Amino acid sequence: MSLPAVRLTDAVAVQQQFPLLSGVTLSLAPGSLTVVTGANGSGKTSLLRLLAGVLAPTSGEATVLGVDLSRHRTEVRRRVGWLGHDGSFYQDLSVRENLAFAATALDRPLSAIAPALERVGLAHRSEVRTKDLSAGQRRRLGLAWLLVRRAELWLLDEPYASLDDQGRAFFDDLLRDVQRGGATVVMSAHDALRSTALEPDIIVMAGGRVVEAS
Amino acid sequence: MIRTAWLVARKDLRIEVRSRVLLWQVLPFGALALLLCGLALGPADAGHSRAAPGLFYLVTLFVTLLMIIRSQAVEQTAGTAESVATLGLDAAGVFIGKSVALTIELWVSSLLLLGGTVVVLHTSLIGTIHALPSVLVTLGAMACAGTLYGALTAGGEGPATLLPILALPAFAPLLVAGERSFSAALHGGALWEWWVIDLVALTGYVAIGVLLYGVLEE
Amino acid sequence: MQRLLGPLTLVSLAATFVLGLWVTPKATMHDGGGDLVRMLYVHPALAWVALYVSFGTTTIASALYLWKRTRSNTMDRVAYCAMEVSVLFIALTLITGSIWGRPTWGVWWAWDARLTSTAILLVLALGYLALRRANDDPETRARRSAVYGILVALNVPIIHFAVTWWKSLHQNATVLTVSGKVSVHGSMLWTLLVSFIAFTLWYFWLLRARYRLEVRSDEATRAQLASAVLERQREGA
Repeated sequence: MSLPAVRLTDAVAVQQQFPLLSGVTLSLAPGSLTVVTGANGSGKTSLLRLLAGVLAPTSGEATVLGVDLSRHRTEVRRRVGWLGHDGSFYQDLSVRENLAFAATALDRPLSAIAPALERVGLAHRSEVRTKDLSAGQRRRLGLAWLLVRRAELWLLDEPYASLDDQGRAFFDDLLRDVQRGGATVVMSAHDALRSTALEPDIIVMAGGRVVEAS
Repeated sequence: MIRTAWLVARKDLRIEVRSRVLLWQVLPFGALALLLCGLALGPADAGHSRAAPGLFYLVTLFVTLLMIIRSQAVEQTAGTAESVATLGLDAAGVFIGKSVALTIELWVSSLLLLGGTVVVLHTSLIGTIHALPSVLVTLGAMACAGTLYGALTAGGEGPATLLPILALPAFAPLLVAGERSFSAALHGGALWEWWVIDLVALTGYVAIGVLLYGVLEE
Repeated sequence: MQRLLGPLTLVSLAATFVLGLWVTPKATMHDGGGDLVRMLYVHPALAWVALYVSFGTTTIASALYLWKRTRSNTMDRVAYCAMEVSVLFIALTLITGSIWGRPTWGVWWAWDARLTSTAILLVLALGYLALRRANDDPETRARRSAVYGILVALNVPIIHFAVTWWKSLHQNATVLTVSGKVSVHGSMLWTLLVSFIAFTLWYFWLLRARYRLEVRSDEATRAQLASAVLERQREGA
């Protein structure tokens, strides 16, 4: 039996004296697709930030891709892909330049950029500055960023926001391919996914904890 | 480390060239500040060139603070910090890259401001040119220090007001060394003590930055 | 040993004042002459503690915090408390220096290299405290303060070189001349040594008291955090 991609046991994460996560217990299999739902302030984004190695666990156990976050959380960062709720890039750089920056930083070939842009439908906007993209296009750029870096764990914070129906369908196709490729996907959403074809695992958070898992 | 430094320096300089904040906001501010210094000294010419080195560095200091805030603001836009954190860039390389980019930006500013001291504050052109090497080294030390202090204040409460409190005292010896060596270049005098201060500071800040920048980025 | 710190501090401070005010003679030199020389038993000791002992404590504690093997809340607390007490000693150094300077140089403040550098150190120390207040998150605060503590230490050698290289109004080396010969004699020298010991003990006594307060404050914060976690868990129930 393979090790879980994510294993949290009573993980607490505190920032500025406030417990963002108040004891999360969670186990995610490699290659799974999980949706984290809950009301605003329930800890969804904080959970993703913890898994990305950006937020430090204050207590409890937290292991992501075999890395103990309480000791070596910076090591996990290069292996995860983060798609934030806000834009994730340098506003004054073009689409291509942002991806080239990420690819070079992660020792990925620059030749991976063009196919990634094709896949997300941004090839015709590759020389446009990020700040001139629409919100939906910035979301696609984020996906291209994740495709270029070939992350083992995808962390997507409300990825369906700002996407129209066509965008959502495209997104579902992409996630299906990513899962087939072996990556583990965790995303946050206010409501459960409309697309039933994906059949994600769903966990519900409230008060910084997982209160329901299916 | 070197590869990351080159990547980050290129990125920062490219952003600066695109956004032109230095060109359209910071340099005009520097030029205006120099002009105001001339006004503050009064209408008589006497004393302008004597005060010029100190005033040059005072204005440069304000320009440096603006550029440090700008350099950190680029990294702190919503979402960017997390995304870049997941790239796992070598922290020492990031420090060197940002310091190099800031140094180049300050060197560009200094050329304009030195020109300003010749025109507005009547320093001799030859003396000002002789002062150029010490100016470049002093600004390099300030850039390295500034990158560190900028990272210290990034993301906290009131970074724009906290940065001057932290950085200005640390810049003070560099300002003094810079002013003394500029004055020596204009009016004669020993230079070596001030070069030592600049080089010791530069070495110290580079060493601390390479060792500890990763701690600040957490 | 810790229990003796308070009594030893009191005794040595008392000895300093008794010796300094009543036992040692007035000076006969022009500079620092008359009763003004008694400032010798206060100002240099304060400066020694401010610039070397207190900053040294902060720097060492900061370095130990940054080194993973010795990283602990204790080191962070020691560095913070040491810097707080530093502010007091640096301020007292400047005040006593001004009191000495007024009759000696005719001004309360002169742009002397050492005075100026000490004033800069005061602002650096205040900057450390400002940095601590700008970060609520304890881990971030501790890390950034530790790095800043190391950066501040860079400036201490600059003060030392400033005395040698800059035009200075400051008293030249009074106790040890350049050749290493002692130039202050007899009871004055002994009183000076006692004052150094007294003010150093005073510093550590203040540091210990401040540290204990900080430990209590951290305990209260931890208790608050534990109940905040429970409250948050109840939100979800």
